[in-house]
Amino acid sequence: MNLNMTLVGELIAFIVFVIFCMKFVWPPIIGAIEARQATIADGLAASDRAAKELELAQEKATAQLREAKAQAADIIEAAKKRETQLVEEAAVKAQAEKDKILASGHAEIETERNQAKEELRQQVAVLAVAGAEKILERSIDAAAHSDILDKLVAEL
Amino acid sequence: MASGAEITSQEYIKHHLQNLTVGEGFWAVHIDTLGWSIFLGLVFLYIFRSVAKKANSGVPGKLQCAVEMVVEFVDDSVKSTFHGKNPVIAPLALTIFVWVLLMNAMDWVPVDLIPRIFELFGVHYMKAVPTTDPNMTFALALGVFVLIIYYSIKVKGVGGFIKELTTQPFGHWSLYPVNFILEMVTLLARPLSLALRLFGNLYAGELIFLLIATIGLFQLPVHFLWAAFHLLVIPLQAFIFMMLTILYLSLAHEDH
Repeated sequence: MNLNMTLVGELIAFIVFVIFCMKFVWPPIIGAIEARQATIADGLAASDRAAKELELAQEKATAQLREAKAQAADIIEAAKKRETQLVEEAAVKAQAEKDKILASGHAEIETERNQAKEELRQQVAVLAVAGAEKILERSIDAAAHSDILDKLVAEL
Repeated sequence: MASGAEITSQEYIKHHLQNLTVGEGFWAVHIDTLGWSIFLGLVFLYIFRSVAKKANSGVPGKLQCAVEMVVEFVDDSVKSTFHGKNPVIAPLALTIFVWVLLMNAMDWVPVDLIPRIFELFGVHYMKAVPTTDPNMTFALALGVFVLIIYYSIKVKGVGGFIKELTTQPFGHWSLYPVNFILEMVTLLARPLSLALRLFGNLYAGELIFLLIATIGLFQLPVHFLWAAFHLLVIPLQAFIFMMLTILYLSLAHEDH
């Protein structure tokens, strides 16, 4: 063993190194490490929170979608009902219109038939007179025999 | 290898274990030990300081990552052993760990490389591994020892410290002198074991490297094996020195 002044020199060097390390090396490095650890912890917590929020939002969206679907189904149901109703109403209206048109047609036909009958009667009267004239070969005074003619017309 | 045939292996080893010394007797100074240790200490402080200056909590660079790994490793070691609040212990542990590691790592440099380079400049003795010099290891241990005493007295007071040294393990007053002798041995054994353990391991390692260097052609694979084995020894000794320092200082802080 050869202990000498080297020991003192090394001791001084050791003390100086430790003091330098204590003052200028350790605090900034450990500070940076701890700050980064805090940042990372914060980030992880934030991401956890975000994930939870996302889950919540998804649940909410799903619920809203379900609700919307139900509403849509309701609306379609109502529309179908209304459609049936409208069709029925239209059918009833159409039936009534048809009946009305038929009735008026019938009436018209009746009137025209009556008119034609009347005309026919008149013409038959004329023909009968003409025929009688031919038979008698003489003119018959229409006025004098109008009562006979009228009777004939009425019989037709 | 030995430079000339006239040098026996015994002389070769003896030569390599000689420090570059200035002065005589107690006033002698080992220039090589002092120079290499201070150089390595400055390397340590330069690297760590350059990181510390740029340190921020953002995305770290590669060097910053490496340095932070070491710092965090030391910090974890300190926190797992020492539970009080002390701004000295963690930087002290970091300095000891990295400095001792760097000095031990000089053991990996081929035993003849550095002495040969210095031989070219006319320097005939060069022992490049500072921790193979007991002056180095005792200086570290002495520094730790002073801190042990300082914190023992600071935390427990002079009376408390003396009480701790005298009143245990035996409670009776008549046995206090015996207690004192036992406790003194314990107290003094701490720095002594710290210093001798580191010195012994590294000195032995260096000696074996020197022995291997004398066996001729087959030294290369053997050198490789021994260096590979030192992958364990070198960090382990640095770690043990740091860990025991933390342990002793935390014991000094414990108030019974």
